[in-house]
Amino acid sequence: MRRWHLPVLVALLTATAVLLIVYKVRTLGYPLTPAQEVQSWIVEARLSFEATGGAAKAELAIPFDPPGFTLLDENFVSRGYGLQTERRGNNRVAIWSTRRPSGRQVLYYRTTVTPHQTQTLEQAVPALPTAPAYDELHGQAVNAILDEVRSKSADISTFSSLLMQVLARPTPDENVQLLLPRQATREDRVRTAIFVLAGARIPARMSRGVRLVDGTRGAQVEAWIEVNNGERWIPIDPDTGAQGYPPDFLVWWHGDTPVYSIERGRNAELRFSVTRTMEAALETATRQAQLSQSAVSSYSLLALPVHTQNVYRTLLLVPVGALLIVFLRNVVGVLTFGTFMPVLIALAFRETDLVAGLLLFSVIVTLGLAVRFYLEHLKLLLVPRLAAVVIIVILLMALVSILSQRLRFDVGLSVALFPMVILAMTIERMSIVWEEHGPADAIKQGIGSLIVAAGCYLIMFDQRVEHFVFVFPESLLLVLALTLLLGRYTGYRVTELMRFRALTEAIKP
Amino acid sequence: MKWMASPRHLRRLGVLGMNARNALYIGPNNPRRFYPRVDDKLLTKKLAIDVGIAVPELYGVVETQHGARRIDRILDGRSDFVIKPARGSGGDGIIVITGRIGSSYRKASGVPLGLDELSHHISNILSGMYSLGGQPDRAMIEYRVRAHSVFDRVAYHGVPDVRVIVYRGYPVLSMVRLPTRLSDGKANLHQGAIGVGVDIGSGRTTHGVWREAAVTVHPDTMYPIAGIEVPDWETVLRLSARAFELTGLGYLGVDIVIDSQLGPLILELNARPGLSIQIANRIGLRSRLELIDREADRKASPEARIAFSKTRFGSAP
Repeated sequence: MRRWHLPVLVALLTATAVLLIVYKVRTLGYPLTPAQEVQSWIVEARLSFEATGGAAKAELAIPFDPPGFTLLDENFVSRGYGLQTERRGNNRVAIWSTRRPSGRQVLYYRTTVTPHQTQTLEQAVPALPTAPAYDELHGQAVNAILDEVRSKSADISTFSSLLMQVLARPTPDENVQLLLPRQATREDRVRTAIFVLAGARIPARMSRGVRLVDGTRGAQVEAWIEVNNGERWIPIDPDTGAQGYPPDFLVWWHGDTPVYSIERGRNAELRFSVTRTMEAALETATRQAQLSQSAVSSYSLLALPVHTQNVYRTLLLVPVGALLIVFLRNVVGVLTFGTFMPVLIALAFRETDLVAGLLLFSVIVTLGLAVRFYLEHLKLLLVPRLAAVVIIVILLMALVSILSQRLRFDVGLSVALFPMVILAMTIERMSIVWEEHGPADAIKQGIGSLIVAAGCYLIMFDQRVEHFVFVFPESLLLVLALTLLLGRYTGYRVTELMRFRALTEAIKP
Repeated sequence: MKWMASPRHLRRLGVLGMNARNALYIGPNNPRRFYPRVDDKLLTKKLAIDVGIAVPELYGVVETQHGARRIDRILDGRSDFVIKPARGSGGDGIIVITGRIGSSYRKASGVPLGLDELSHHISNILSGMYSLGGQPDRAMIEYRVRAHSVFDRVAYHGVPDVRVIVYRGYPVLSMVRLPTRLSDGKANLHQGAIGVGVDIGSGRTTHGVWREAAVTVHPDTMYPIAGIEVPDWETVLRLSARAFELTGLGYLGVDIVIDSQLGPLILELNARPGLSIQIANRIGLRSRLELIDREADRKASPEARIAFSKTRFGSAP
């Protein structure tokens, strides 16, 4: 029981952390590295029309859960209009209305979308269409086409692809000519295909959307066909028969209804424009997660106020530093003043920068030591002496700040961020070691502490580490697991390998 | 010589590392509630006296800052004593006074020490400067042990002591710690004393270690340190073995001094004894601890335990 306790605990912690991290990366799209950016697109639909008097009403289809994308943001710009949005089957519609418009009216809908890997689950399988009542002429043509396509296809998706290819041939045969108007557009072909597919009792529908090309003004609306194979909707390119939407295609609405309709207006015009923006992946992921209302995101640090976030940004790094200390002390065997003192010093280095921090730290400790040795002559009691060192450390810090201000040496000002009580304790400990074990030991341990502090600083405030721990606070469970494991480490320390090396020569086993 | 040993090699030699000592031996064998028995030297002394184990005589205890200023009253004219913190560690804070020079006291090293310096030192002890965790402490003033004459040539201004590692009441490894000029007369290895391995069976010294390197002669006196027979070795072993019953600690370092008149006295006990003793003996501690775990009888009497240790750990005469 006792033997398995720790491994089981460690395994549990690790599994929890890894699962959460994988979930956040895979599903919510949190970025693993800080500089990661994702491209997102701002798509704007501009609907304009001339009011003809009386209350005007404009309806515009707007994207609803487009496959391959997430809507991060939506804006409706329309002065003097009442707005409501409404679900209508598979579509969403924005309805603007106003009582007394005059002149040219312009309505904007703007959305920010970002590519998103997960499949949007399509609603239930539609009822099979009943075969339309073709007249004799059309019926023969439809059957001929269906026979031709059926003989060359394996299933519904290949069947539909082939059908689209047949319809898109540059030199259509008689049957196709009969069903398609001369110079058929994509839309016409999709319509015909739906008509033909209904003969084979395959559910199909039209979908329309825009290509996301940066800087487009007046993007063309493209028609696609989607067929249902009994499990899901499969999009097919009416030109080539290729299956699946290309990554830059944003589905705007489904069905053969017009994208907009205007009541009491004329000369209506709809224009799409597209611009690309780069957004920090973290922001995008956060918004995405909020939209998906995932529990993980609502209990995330990113949901906290910004200044609290900043506190945690630093706080969460302390365990990383502590783990490093555990490693350095129990596996390497480095001696430092005060167990976690280097971590606190490293926190102070964050504000001062490494080199300036090391310099300031050495200056303060050296001056403090000098004063401490002087105090030794006064034969003070321990606690008053410690208090005196704290006071002197603060005075020294103030002095360094003032001097560096005079000398226009800016980093000197940040000395105020050093933890002065820690500094005072370090000075006291160092002076005791100095007296008891000589200056060599004291300086050696002092430099050891500084090196460990510098190491802590470099690891804790590495941008990647900082980002990772903050975005995935559950990684601290991994840190905890590692710390627990190190807590049962009974192997030799690196310094012991040196210390006992004489034994390997002396003992003959 | 390579600058680093391979861990596998050390493991094969049965060398005990710090982590293994803490996790495998100190942790399971030393119940924390018994720690005060060794960490507080006044308590150790009291327990030892109660069961009739020989310890250096206690002259007085200073418990208040007021007492520290009136140290001359407590000393009552004595000029030969040792001041130590009751909860000190690693020999820090110990001052050995061997006489007077005018109005000053004389330290073992010959350096004079004024009365106010002495009371300041005691006040530091009381403030917890040398105690574990910096807690307030008490200062003990006790009998200064006179070194036995066998050590005359290999001890520099101080009293050597014998450190015995006792595991579950069985003495497993021992060494003599010889003060040097570097250690200021103190017998702590990390302060610069020499550690010399002692054969458990015969009580005879073997090899030396000084500052983690092998030595064969005392660096100050240049006399050889091997082959010295520790006086009254049987008593040393008996005191060590009985320290187990005294403290209830399964992994213990027993420090014994051999006074020229009083014989072996327990000076202090240590719940976290150091590992250099392995270098001094050129013997890995872990293999012996494992042997005890495997073969030794847990309920044996101190005498039986000593006999077991002597036969299993003593080198052939």
